[in-house]
Order: sequence, then C-alpha cells, then structure tokens
Amino acid sequence: MSLHLTDVTLTYPDGGARLIALDDVTLHVPAGTITALVGPSGSGKSSLLAVAATLISPDSGQVVIAGTDTTGMSRNRLTELRRTRIGMVFQQPNLLPSLTAIEQLQVMAHLDGRAPRGARGRALELLEAVGLTGQADRRPHELSGGQRQRINIARALMNEPAVLLVDEPTSALDQERGAAILDLITTLTHRQGAATVLVTHDRSHLTAVDQVVEIHDGRLRTPVASGAP
Amino acid sequence: MFVAWRDLRFAKGRFVLMGAVVVLITVLVGLVSGLTAGLARANTSAITDLPADHLAFARPVDGEDVSFTVSSVDADTWAAWERVPGVTTAEPLGIVTTRAQADGRTASVSAFGVQPGSGLAPSPAQVRDGAVVLSTAAADELDARTGDTVTVAGRDLRVTDVARDASYSHTPVVWTSLDDFQQLSRGDGDGGPRATVVALTTTPAADLVAADTELGTTTVSRDDALSAIGSFTSENGSLQLMRGFLFAISALVIGAFFTVWTIQRSGDIAVLKALGASTGYLLRDALGQAVVLLGLGTVAGTAVAVAAGAALGSAVPFVLDFATVAGPALIMIALGVAGAALSIRRITSVDPLTALGSAR
Repeated sequence: MSLHLTDVTLTYPDGGARLIALDDVTLHVPAGTITALVGPSGSGKSSLLAVAATLISPDSGQVVIAGTDTTGMSRNRLTELRRTRIGMVFQQPNLLPSLTAIEQLQVMAHLDGRAPRGARGRALELLEAVGLTGQADRRPHELSGGQRQRINIARALMNEPAVLLVDEPTSALDQERGAAILDLITTLTHRQGAATVLVTHDRSHLTAVDQVVEIHDGRLRTPVASGAP
Repeated sequence: MFVAWRDLRFAKGRFVLMGAVVVLITVLVGLVSGLTAGLARANTSAITDLPADHLAFARPVDGEDVSFTVSSVDADTWAAWERVPGVTTAEPLGIVTTRAQADGRTASVSAFGVQPGSGLAPSPAQVRDGAVVLSTAAADELDARTGDTVTVAGRDLRVTDVARDASYSHTPVVWTSLDDFQQLSRGDGDGGPRATVVALTTTPAADLVAADTELGTTTVSRDDALSAIGSFTSENGSLQLMRGFLFAISALVIGAFFTVWTIQRSGDIAVLKALGASTGYLLRDALGQAVVLLGLGTVAGTAVAVAAGAALGSAVPFVLDFATVAGPALIMIALGVAGAALSIRRITSVDPLTALGSAR
C-alpha cells in the first residue's frame, strides 16, 4: 500500500508555450512512512501533491496509488479512488461550517455511500486519537485553529486511506501546536500504515520523517536527507 | 442530503428569508388562481353547465369571430338542425342581459330563453310562458322565492322554481320560455321567433361542417364557445398572464437565490470534491435542498391561500378546488426546481484543485 510516481511530467499552458511544473518526477513512498517534500515557492510541490491526489492527470508518466495504476482512469473512477484510498490534509482546515466536528468525519462515510450513523464509532475513535474527546458536537467557529487542523487530519484518516497527502499542515499554527500536529501525523501514519507525503517549509519537521525529497523547478533531488534515525 | 440538511439548519436565516419569498409568491399565485377560476365561473358557468356538446351560432361576417351578443338564429335554422343526421337534440337558446326587479330590489340578470320542457333549463317542467326559474344567485339578489312575482325587462313573470346556481357574463341567470324571451329581447316580438344559438347534442356521425355550410351557421364546441362571451377572453387572458408571470418570477427568484448560494459555497464544494464527492452526489444534495425549501414554502403558501380563499367566502368569486389549490402548488415546485437545477449546474464546473492551498 504505497505511492509510486514514475517519470511524471506535468505542464501548464503559458501563453503560447508550456510551463513545466513537474519534470520527469519519480518518487516512491512506502506504506507506513512519511516523505517530506520541501522546496521554494513555485518549485512544484503543490503540483506534485495535486497529481498524487489525482486532481490533475499528468501529461506523461505513471501514478500508482496502493497498487492501482491511475493512467487513463475515468473521472468517476479517480473520484472513487480519491474517496477510498487517499486522505487529504489541506493547508487550511477547510472544514464545512455547517457540520459539527464529528459530522466532518461522518460525511466521509456518507460520500462513500455508508450510513453516517454506522461510522460514528470510528469518528469518535479518531477524534480521541487527535485529542478532541468531548469536542464532537462543536462547529468549526467554536474551535481553535489547532483543533480545526486536528479535525482536518482526522477527516483525512476516516476512510483508512492508503496514501495520506499533507499540505503544510502547520503553516497557520505556532511552533508548539505545529510540533504537536506533526507528532500526530507521524503517529497516525505509522499506526495506520499509510504512505504519507508531507509538504513543508519548516526544516524542523525534517527530523521526524523517514525520507526528505527536495524539488526545484519541477525536478526532484531525492533523497537529500533521511529524517528519522 | 447529509450536508444539505445541516446547511438548512445552519444558515436558517437565509433559508427562512427565501422560504418567506416562496410562501408569499405561492399565496399570490393561489389567490390569483382561485380568483381566475372564480371569475371564469361567474362568466361562463351557465354555458359550461349546458347539457349540450356544441353550439351553433349565426355565421359571423367575414373576419369576425362568433359572438353571443351578435348571433341570432331563426326557427327554420333550429328546425333544420334537428333533421341533421347524427344530431340527437337541437334546441334554441336565447340569451339577453337585462334588469330584473322584485319588491323594490333590482339586479342585472341574464335571461336564458328556452322552449318549455327543454332540458337546457334546470327544472324543465317549470319553464312556461309567464313563468321564470331563478338561479340561486338571482333569487338572493332579488330576495325572491317560488311563488313571488319578478319583473324582467318590464314584464311580470311568476317565479316557479329556484334552481341551481348559474351565471353568465358576471350576472345571475334566470330561465324563461322562448316566447317570453322574444318579448324581453325585442319588446315587440315581431319577425318570428329567434334565438341566440342552437344547443346541439351530437354523435360522432354528425357532419357539422357540412351542416354549417348548408344552414348558414358556425358550430363550435361548448368549451370553445366561451370565447364568444364578450369579456371572457380578455379577462381570463389577463389573469392567466398574471399567473404566468408569477410562475416565471418564482422560478427566476429561486434560480437567483440558488445561484448566489452555490457561488457562496463553491469553496465547500471544491473541498468535498477534493475529498472524493462525486458531482452526482453534490447535485443530488443541492437539488434536495431546493426541493425541501420549495416544498415547505409552497405548502405553507398554499395553506395561507386556501385560508384566505375560504375567509373571502362569497364576497368575491373564488374557487377552491384541486385545480386552483394543488395545481399551482405543483407548478410552483416544478418551475422552482427547474430554476434551481439551472443554477446548481455550476457545481459541475467547480474545480476541486482550488481546495489545495485555499484559506477559508
């Protein structure tokens, strides 16, 4: 249950020419490990995340999610794959304002055609795992930024994804809360056995991850460092 | 509708406001519908309730439509219609609007002249020379009962019965004999008996076109004959136009609301798509929300319209039935859903990629 990107190239139209966002990128993230993706702004981090999330189809190359080759898949199949095999932790929590904390998680089951009530146990378990026991019935505006980000993480794990894509989860948090969130992602990645890609600007995070890759102008330099001892 | 239900509760101020608009439009549509049907009934019930399927008018001059006001047929014409193969009955019917008086009270009435014993009157046995059968509305307006004498166009007639309600061109109907009708309509009765139209009961075998050509008449179905009542077409047309505009306005208002609502929550939609929500799921969710809003608003509005219609009683012509109550409500919901569907189709164009890096 890992993530494989092989020879992935992605370009965007740029006037009459094409702007290369990802240039022949190959990346392997094993299950149960965290790969940190670092690089300056505009280097291609978000593009790589979008390709791995199946939100964009690359011009060429292969993206394999948990053993499933996404090449040539229909939009519906990609949506289903995203729903069932990929967890997304957004840079901002992106919680739905009308839903309570537990409903933010239950909606993931509903998207997958399952009864939200049946997913309540799993949702409570995840809320407990992210330290939000007792906050299940609060709406986003009743929670702190750190609590919202924890729900963002719990939501990503709700459908037991094989691949967890985490986009700068601590950018809006202070150092202490950021460290706590990173600890949480590390713990949950190992516990759930997910292949996690962590986009970060924070070099202090790199010691906690299994692999660090750097991206510049759409090209990967891998691995530049091995994080965890 | 997992998210939609919670949006309805969470943004209740917005939805209550929109629901109130739906309620008010539904009330207006319900009142206009009841009034349209009531006015139409006051204009045409005496014709629509006739036990005949066609009416033969005197052929109008070229370029003009048939008209109860202008049409006049003679005895030879209705006698000839009786002999047309496929025509079961052909009975003369004279119509004139005049004034009636009884015990100091006056009222405008429409006198329907029929042959004694004709089934065109509600109590055929009571229609004879020197007698009049009153509709209930005429009896109420004149405060007359069976056995009283009423003066119709200066001619004293004895009330032999008060029968069902019937009105023509917004006046209550009284039934007289055809001979008395001659006096009421022309005063002197010269020139032989005449009627306004010939009321026909036909079988499919009747060749009405050929008979019209031969007899110098124009025959139309009973329903089509309503347009021959002077004010009916313009009055009914105006009210139907108002209803049509109200339906269109409601669809546009609903569409506008859901357009703005969809734009406002496009960030949420992008997030849900990024999380794996299918477009079908999101469309069903949003459309379900529109149906709930429209359903509740329309039911409430219809209830208010029904209550108002019932409270009006007989003060104004107002009809409360399935066509005026449930019909407009169903059209409101159907058009509202169509308006909402056009608006929420923009869900399909929301790019889930915008959820990455967005700050909301």
